[in-house]
Amino acid sequence: MSEVVSAEIQTTHIIDLARAGRRLDGRGIDDWRPVSVTPGYVKSADGSALVHVGDTTVLCGVKLEIGKPFPDTPNAGVLTTNAELIALSSPTFEPGPPQPEAIELSRVVDRSIRAAETIDLTKLCVTPSEKCWTCYVDIHCLDHAGNLIDAAQLAALGALTHATVPAQRFGVAEHDYPLDVSHFPVECTFVRLGDRIVADPTFEEETAGQGRLTVATDELGNVVAMQKGKIGAFSPDEVVETVERAFRHGDRLRNVVRGT
Amino acid sequence: MGKRLFASVMGYATWREPYVRVVPFAGRYSPKPHDVIVGIVQDVQKTFWLLDIDASRWAPLHTSGTSWEPGPGELDQFLRIGEAVLVAVENLDATGKIGVTMKGEGLGKLSGGTLATVSPAKIPRVIGKGGSMIHSITQLTGTQVAVGQNGRIWIEGSSEGILRVRECLRIIETEGQRSGLTERIEGFLRSTGPTDDTGPRMPPSADEDRPDRNGAREEPSGPDDAPDIPSNESHEGEGSWET
Repeated sequence: MSEVVSAEIQTTHIIDLARAGRRLDGRGIDDWRPVSVTPGYVKSADGSALVHVGDTTVLCGVKLEIGKPFPDTPNAGVLTTNAELIALSSPTFEPGPPQPEAIELSRVVDRSIRAAETIDLTKLCVTPSEKCWTCYVDIHCLDHAGNLIDAAQLAALGALTHATVPAQRFGVAEHDYPLDVSHFPVECTFVRLGDRIVADPTFEEETAGQGRLTVATDELGNVVAMQKGKIGAFSPDEVVETVERAFRHGDRLRNVVRGT
Repeated sequence: MGKRLFASVMGYATWREPYVRVVPFAGRYSPKPHDVIVGIVQDVQKTFWLLDIDASRWAPLHTSGTSWEPGPGELDQFLRIGEAVLVAVENLDATGKIGVTMKGEGLGKLSGGTLATVSPAKIPRVIGKGGSMIHSITQLTGTQVAVGQNGRIWIEGSSEGILRVRECLRIIETEGQRSGLTERIEGFLRSTGPTDDTGPRMPPSADEDRPDRNGAREEPSGPDDAPDIPSNESHEGEGSWET
C-alpha cells in the first residue's frame, strides 16, 4: 500500500476551493500552519530540534565527530545529511531501504544548507588532509501531514543553530564551543492547485497538487536553492511571485528558528 | 485462564457477563458484514475492481456485485481508477478476503461532492443515537451526507456547507468522548448558521438547498440517506452508552 490513489472527487474539491481562494483547513492561499521549533530536544545529541508545522512533526539531530577530510577538499570539514521516513509516520511509508522520497528530502535539505554556506566548512578543519570535523545531520520524520521538506529543513537549521562542537570529548580543544552558523537559509514549498499556488501544502493538497516548487532563501536576500517536484508547470511570472512569497515567509521563519 | 483480562487495544470497556466489550479509541478499520463503506478504486481487472477501503487490504468488487454487465475489458467504462463508491461488506472469509457489493439501497458510485475522513472508531458518534447527529448536521448545513463505517464520509452540497460539515466532524473527532455532543454540534451550527457565500441567511432558508439534494438524488447511482440506517443498527449498542 505504498501508493494509494486518492479519490478524484476529493482532489477536485480541493482544487475548486483553491480557485475560490480557500482551503480545506480554513487557511488562506498564502497562510502557513502554526510553526514551532524546540531546540535541544535530544539531550544526547550535539545539536537537535523538534519542529511542528501543523500536524507534521520532524526531529533532527546533529552529531559531530572527528574524521578525515575528503582528498579533494583537504582544508574543509564534512557535512552529511540523511533523512529517515519511518513507517510509523505515514501509511505511505514502508520500512526498508530509503525510498526516492527520502533521498529527495535529504538532498533538498542538504542543498539549501550547503549552498547558503550555513556552516563554514573550512572552520571544521582541524589538521589539513588529516583531521576534520564530520557533521552528521540526521532528519527523522515522526508525523507526515504534508510539507515535509520545509519542516525538515527548519529542523536541520534549528539543530545546527543550537549545536555544540564537542571539542573537549575528542581532545581537540580544552572546551566545547558553539557551532558557528553564518547563514540562515529557509525553504518554502508551494504547490499548484488549479490556477492558484498555495504555501505550506497539507498531505491532501500535495496529493492533489499539479506541480511543486521549493525555494530556499537566506537572510541576505539570496535565493540559494530550488527544487521542482511533481508533474506540472510554473510560468516565469509565477516563479518570480513564488520567490517573493518565499522571502516573506523565510524572514518570519528565520526569526522562529533563531528564537527572536 | 488467568485471573486477569487484558485488551489488545486501548479503548472503552463495558462488562456484561459473560462478555467484555472494548470499543477502541482509535485504529484502522476492521470490516464487519453488512457495513456500508466508502471505497476508492485502485485498480481495474478483467472481472473486478480493487477498492481501497482503508482496511488492512484492498477489497475486490466483482461485476456480479453491481447492476452493470460490462463485457471483457469494458470495466473501466463504468468505474475508473480514483473514483469513489459506496459499497457494503458482503462476506469475510477465513483468509481475511473482503467481499463487497454495490447491490443494495443507496449503494453506488459517488459522483460530485467530496470525501472527509474521521477515525473509524468515531463513526458511531458521527451518526449519533438513532441517527440524531447526522440528521442535525445535514439539516442545519443543507448538505447530503453518506457515512461509511470505514471512517470515510461523502458530503455533497454548497462549498460553504461542506466546510461546515468538515468542521463538525473535526469537533466530533476531538471531543467525541464528552457527553452532550449533539447539542454542542447543533449549537455550533446555529451560531455560525447565517454565514454563507451568498450572504446572510436565516436557518429556514436551508430549504433553498433542497433542489440540489433532489437533483443529486435523481442521478441513477446517486446515494441517498439510506446508508445511515444499516449503520445505526450495527452500532446501536455502542451508541447507547454515549450521548
